[in-house]
Amino acid sequence: MRPFTFTQVQDVDSAVQEVSAEGAKFIAGGTNLLDLMKIDVMSPSHLVDITKIALNTIEETEEGGIRLGALVTNADTAYHELVETRYPLLSHAILAGATAQLRNMATNGGNLLQRTRCYYFYDTQTPCNKREPGSGCSAIEGYNRDLAILGTSEHCIATHPSDMCVALAALEATVRVKGPQGERPIPFAEFHRLPGDNPHLDSNLQPDEIITAIDLPAQGFAQHYTYLKLRDRASYAFALVSVAAALDLEGSIIKEARIALGGVAHKPWRVPEAEAFLRGKEATTENFRRVAEAYLLGAKGYGDNTFKVELAKRAIVRALEQATKMEPTS
Amino acid sequence: MNKENAVGTAEVTRPTLPQTRTVTLTVNGTEHQLQLAPWTSVLDALREYLHLTGTKKGCDHGQCGACTILLDGKRINSCLTLAVMQEGKEITTVEGLAKDGELHPVQQAFIEHDAFQCGYCTPGQICSVIGLVNEGKAKTLDDIKDLMSGNICRCGAYANIVQVAQEALERRTGL
Repeated sequence: MRPFTFTQVQDVDSAVQEVSAEGAKFIAGGTNLLDLMKIDVMSPSHLVDITKIALNTIEETEEGGIRLGALVTNADTAYHELVETRYPLLSHAILAGATAQLRNMATNGGNLLQRTRCYYFYDTQTPCNKREPGSGCSAIEGYNRDLAILGTSEHCIATHPSDMCVALAALEATVRVKGPQGERPIPFAEFHRLPGDNPHLDSNLQPDEIITAIDLPAQGFAQHYTYLKLRDRASYAFALVSVAAALDLEGSIIKEARIALGGVAHKPWRVPEAEAFLRGKEATTENFRRVAEAYLLGAKGYGDNTFKVELAKRAIVRALEQATKMEPTS
Repeated sequence: MNKENAVGTAEVTRPTLPQTRTVTLTVNGTEHQLQLAPWTSVLDALREYLHLTGTKKGCDHGQCGACTILLDGKRINSCLTLAVMQEGKEITTVEGLAKDGELHPVQQAFIEHDAFQCGYCTPGQICSVIGLVNEGKAKTLDDIKDLMSGNICRCGAYANIVQVAQEALERRTGL
């Protein structure tokens, strides 16, 4: 690891001030950052330890939702009573990712800011536009089994690796951030971005901003939900395709449907127009198939990952069927 | 940057490494003051500075679980956390489990169930089983397998390790 200087801060304003220095980065759980620093994919010259800041609670909000502090660990979030009972989709998604050890360390804010697990991003001997802008993408013509099929660009086909974020997208969370200009809320759909011409940017968070909390709205879809994660082994593997599905049902009629996909794009993938198609419709396999087709419109395989297009369609149908039958686990 | 000294020879000023700092770590109930660079992981602090080599460096990337320790009773990968960030926390390593010459029940169970072959992953597995019991979330055999998936055993002693975990959970819940 390259040498760096280190400081601890006690409050958000000091954190924002410290991170404005050239080469500075926040550290909290450290599970992704230190890993990447050890292999020289990231090399901050100054680390700002934010773990002493009081952003470590989960509380109910006046709007009837809950606020997840940015520094609450993934494990404490997944097992929190309010999350387990009112937002079980989120609980399931968090527990589908990583290991007990990592979830005990990793924080909510850090989960949102995870870097891609694209092999070429990790391999400093190969070109990668995300790691080194302008160097080229090794994945498009290379080995790309794990990589994206939706929202890609000619410069990058990386995926966002988080499970938690797929559920947060489906639940329409809001990310609260603070920078030198003050606080601002970012709707979850606008937090992460597509690679386009600037694949080195994962999100719309500015370098001098800090995530303080994630707000969940009142509607938690605690009855009809599923987090379906398809992967090469049953535990401790990133998703090939994952689906966060949530339904609000009145009898067999869908009042509202939420579907977010993981493992297929640079951000959790949602198609609100396709979700809207289900509104007022019967919860039938036929309708689920139609929405699945609409979700994968424009999908593009790159060879090794082309199977994901059909896999994602089947996963959407299965997740919606399980959500309908109140069978969240596979 | 070069500057002339009194006898006229060039003296090279090299960039200096960032300062080490005094870090107080509480390990197995004892406080230790160490002079550490900020990039020293808890794993390296344990092995290289405190000479507690029971905690193993397998992958050094949070993938294998050989470095698992307990931090305030919960399992973490000691390779992926900086020592300087863990002041004031209770660190427990495999060396801190036996009491008064008696093995911890989970250590004893690893022997009785023959739950290792080469033994390299074992300190991490033992700490992980204790963490699993402390965390109290495993209810079924599938839960155990899922919640122990952060500890890899390349000898493949999994079946016996799972038996140890089942026994430890039964002992805790009195079943």
